[in-house]
Amino acid sequence: MTTVAAPMHPVIAPMTPRLAISDTIGIAQRNLRRMVRTPQLLFFSAVQPIMFVLLFRYVFGGAIKTPGGAYVNYLMPAIFVQVVLFGGAQTAVGMATDLKEGVIDRFRTLPMARSAVLAGRTLADLVRNTFAVGLMVAVGVLVGFRFHGSPGADVGALVLVLAFGYAFSWVFAAVGLAVKDPETAQVAGFVPLFILVFASSAFVPVSTMPSWLRGFANNQPVSLVISAARSLLGGTASQSNVWRSVIWLMGIFLVFVFVAVRMFNKASS
Amino acid sequence: MSDPTTSMIEAVGLEKSFGSTRALAGVDLVAETAKVLALLGPNGAGKTTIVRILTTLLLPDAGHASVAGFDVVHDARSLRSVIGLAGQFAAVDELLTGRENLELVGRLYHLSKTERVRRSDEVLERFGLSFAADRLVKGYSGGMRRRLDLGASLVGRPLVLILDEPTTGLDPRTRNDVWRFIEELVAEGTTVLLTTQYLEEADHLAHQIVVVDEGMVIARGTADELKDQMGGDVLEARVARSADLEAAAEIIARFGEGPTQIDAELKRVSIPTREGPSGLISAGRLLDDKGIGLEDLGIRRPSLDDVFLSLTGHGAGEQPEPEILAQPSYDAERSHS
Repeated sequence: MTTVAAPMHPVIAPMTPRLAISDTIGIAQRNLRRMVRTPQLLFFSAVQPIMFVLLFRYVFGGAIKTPGGAYVNYLMPAIFVQVVLFGGAQTAVGMATDLKEGVIDRFRTLPMARSAVLAGRTLADLVRNTFAVGLMVAVGVLVGFRFHGSPGADVGALVLVLAFGYAFSWVFAAVGLAVKDPETAQVAGFVPLFILVFASSAFVPVSTMPSWLRGFANNQPVSLVISAARSLLGGTASQSNVWRSVIWLMGIFLVFVFVAVRMFNKASS
Repeated sequence: MSDPTTSMIEAVGLEKSFGSTRALAGVDLVAETAKVLALLGPNGAGKTTIVRILTTLLLPDAGHASVAGFDVVHDARSLRSVIGLAGQFAAVDELLTGRENLELVGRLYHLSKTERVRRSDEVLERFGLSFAADRLVKGYSGGMRRRLDLGASLVGRPLVLILDEPTTGLDPRTRNDVWRFIEELVAEGTTVLLTTQYLEEADHLAHQIVVVDEGMVIARGTADELKDQMGGDVLEARVARSADLEAAAEIIARFGEGPTQIDAELKRVSIPTREGPSGLISAGRLLDDKGIGLEDLGIRRPSLDDVFLSLTGHGAGEQPEPEILAQPSYDAERSHS
């Protein structure tokens, strides 16, 4: 008989940044493995934005007049933002599932850094979003999208989109912890997203909307980030949009890190 | 309140309420090193609340508790490095392999890469899971999952293992496996606190039993001490025809005190008694006079089922917690005198 479990008084090391990072990587790796091992989900997560691209590029696009240049160049930055936001709904589902199945409880009884459960999940989302945006860039190029910015501005636009998606992952983590039920999380995350993505400059110029909607559509964060990405990718970089986007995403990030961590510490299944 | 070298878990005056529901109303516990302490009680008795406080998942409203000398509130993180928890619902990750599950837990205990690989291998081997180590848990049977869950709680080589209803929902064979693992761990020096609704489980495993009901400790001691508290034996009759059950119960009740227990499925009635052989003979005569056919009639030592019944006063007819009374006691009789 092996003596696998002979108890030993373990060395109780204080929490250090190095250990917290190791914990975060462990959790992120777990979540990435889970994603890769649900290929059906990955497949349909990829198909959905591709359908959007095809729909707006070939069905609606002809009817939409956009200022300056081809509609596909107007459309694709919005698709990049949409894909990181809609993907985030899976963060909410994942958090709620872990809570429901007792996985969070097990983590909370381990001597790990508590912040790592949330940091690891959002890190895994960032990795997934990077692939998703890469895929959408490829699809975009196939349907006629072209980069017109400087290399720095083009990369900057994609980094901005990913950073925005990362900030929103924390929003979704908080949603998942709040509703505690995977099915509800799926729907709960979607409603505000739908408003933010469609009442924006994503697919049609805001100038075509009724005046009462215009104020919201012009100034809400999703529009700002899309406009900033559009101007960077179109070679007409507008500094003010970029800075306003960065301020928004920092604000969302800081508020929801605080909210999600608080909810996590209180959460019990 | 007790010698720190022999007591591994101590709790004094634990209280916890959820809204207006009082889950714990002042619970004291002591678990000795390398022994099994069983918390026995029905669903909703407060067992899981005690476990959640001892594993730092909940803060007590009042009272204090420590595990291996670490306070559950003030030394929570240190405490977490000396405990292992296996839950009622196996919290293993379906989309990871068995090995990946264990290595993740090892990582979160902050073991080095080589150490967590080594310990995961050991756990897999010990729990008979080596053959499925690199398969996704999704394809594991219920028993394999439970073994993996138990294994995961051992990767950190805990001083104290806390098991919340470790055998609920398991088939008898897997349950016996889990019992054997627990006995081996205790032999190696691990302290175990387990909760159970099953009297026979407490009877089989525990050195000390704490009976919890409605957030309070209503009795404590060894299985034998609890049985002695009843201060007598049990008169039991098994009738041939279900139709005679009521009549038999009425006769049996005359020869004992306390609630009569009726098990319709086994066509059995029993009652605590102090009457001895003369009572047995009289009862037999009366039953015979009434023409009640018997399959069995006897006096036996009380089982923990009987003890629980007499402690809580929950009669067989008014079962507040059907799980308790539905648990057949034949295993207890088979495995212990």
